[in-house]
Amino acid sequence: MSAHGIADASVSPTGAAASEANELEAQPVAPSLPKLAFGARLRRLLPPFVVFCLFIAFWYAFRYYALAPRRRFLVPAPHSVVSVAYGNATNRGYLLDALWLSSRVALIGLAIAILIGTVLAVLMSQARWVEASTYPYAVALQTVPILALTPLIGFWFGFNFKARVIVCVIIALFPIIANTLFGLKSVDRGHHDLFTLHGASRWTRLFKLQFPAALPAIFTGLRISAGLSVIGAIVGDFFFRQGQAGLGVLISNYQLRLQSEQMYGAMILAMLLGLVVFWVFGLISSRVVGSWHDSTNGS
Amino acid sequence: MAPLAFEHISMTFPDGTRALNDVTFSVGAGEFVTVVGPSGCGKSTLLRIASGLTTATEGTVAIDRDSLGYVFQDATLLPWRTVQSNVELLAELHGVTRGERKHLADEAIDLVGLRGFEKHYPKSLSGGMKMRASLARALTLKPGVFLFDEPFGALDEITRERLNDELQRLFVHEGFAGLFITHSIYEAVFLSTRVLVMSARPGRIVESFEVPFSHPRVPELRFEPEFAELSGAVSAALRGAHA
Repeated sequence: MSAHGIADASVSPTGAAASEANELEAQPVAPSLPKLAFGARLRRLLPPFVVFCLFIAFWYAFRYYALAPRRRFLVPAPHSVVSVAYGNATNRGYLLDALWLSSRVALIGLAIAILIGTVLAVLMSQARWVEASTYPYAVALQTVPILALTPLIGFWFGFNFKARVIVCVIIALFPIIANTLFGLKSVDRGHHDLFTLHGASRWTRLFKLQFPAALPAIFTGLRISAGLSVIGAIVGDFFFRQGQAGLGVLISNYQLRLQSEQMYGAMILAMLLGLVVFWVFGLISSRVVGSWHDSTNGS
Repeated sequence: MAPLAFEHISMTFPDGTRALNDVTFSVGAGEFVTVVGPSGCGKSTLLRIASGLTTATEGTVAIDRDSLGYVFQDATLLPWRTVQSNVELLAELHGVTRGERKHLADEAIDLVGLRGFEKHYPKSLSGGMKMRASLARALTLKPGVFLFDEPFGALDEITRERLNDELQRLFVHEGFAGLFITHSIYEAVFLSTRVLVMSARPGRIVESFEVPFSHPRVPELRFEPEFAELSGAVSAALRGAHA
């Protein structure tokens, strides 16, 4: 093989034809998630911020104009939620401990769901009979109301940390299985032909072709499941109340004691936890597949 | 023995479609044979059979599959790999060491004029550049036989002609035996040493034209009277085969 470019074989001196060809064919490259300038960033953040301000205004208006004074405890003012729930050191301590516990429940549950879900999806993708025989049960696990399973989970695993994690796993499992399996199976036929042609083994095909091709779908599933696992952690609290309190336990305790400021504070933390988890997985996703995949949006 | 020989190849798909009917021809060393025919006449099936991706229902193929280059209709680049890493893929699948892989890929990238684009991902390349990368990938294995399945069919005319010029130079440089599938008569005549005309489904070879022009061929060849005459003859044969 000659080291010369074919482009220079007969017509033009070295490189000229090649670079000319490149100019001719090179099209403006689709920017991969451009670094936003400060102004553009501001324009993107402004609309949600306006909505937030309107929401707070509506909250105040509702409390002071729509509610009779004796019913105002139902909707505490935003500033008193902040000062009572987060400003008071004792309350803040309870909330942060509960937040930490719920985060652990959600993340451990999610990690287990990722592990089980990915392994199951890989097995299903490797043999049709595995998929045919197990997928219906994955669907069943998804469709059975978690409420119906809670007595069973309590009997088997106790009414504690472990049971809450199990709830998270059950809730978060299906989107991971479904999306990973979809990703593994939706590999381009031409790519499969290429690997077949060059004698790729089942493992080579799985790790060099199917897994990378499935990554965008896998991350879609992860983001859904991450949000669900936070919900699972809070819901689990309502049924499994022994041991250290999570956010759900606090919410239901504050409700019973009519401590609405603290209750709102706990609810807001639960919401923020869900948002942060969703955002973090979006960020990881755009880091991993953003450079080559178009449809990644880290927001 | 010829690098590639089809002996009485027939193909009937499980649904009963008969794609190929008793196809016999060979591609000798230093030959570049093109099969022209309309879409759906079984041309691509012929290549799939040659490469072993599909097994013919009748007949035999003689080919050295360890030394095979195959360029698909689509560039089939892996979108998560850069150009460099895509070009290294086949050597990687064949267990070539990292250093040697890099060397082979560098050489191939120079050959197709993609120097400077090694770190680009496929999504930022034009159709023509993707095809160059796909060519480079196949070149890394230094194949003795090259199969081309309408590789430039989706490109605009200007890019297509340019890539035809470059493929023709590659053929002269590398000395592989080529089997090229296309539905463009001009592409067929410009590239080939021999043009075969295939009938409508079930496909069979109805006529064969030797292309007398010597290599390397210059782009201006396309506007020579002899070129037009031969293209006209191929076109007439095609029309005859599909009347």
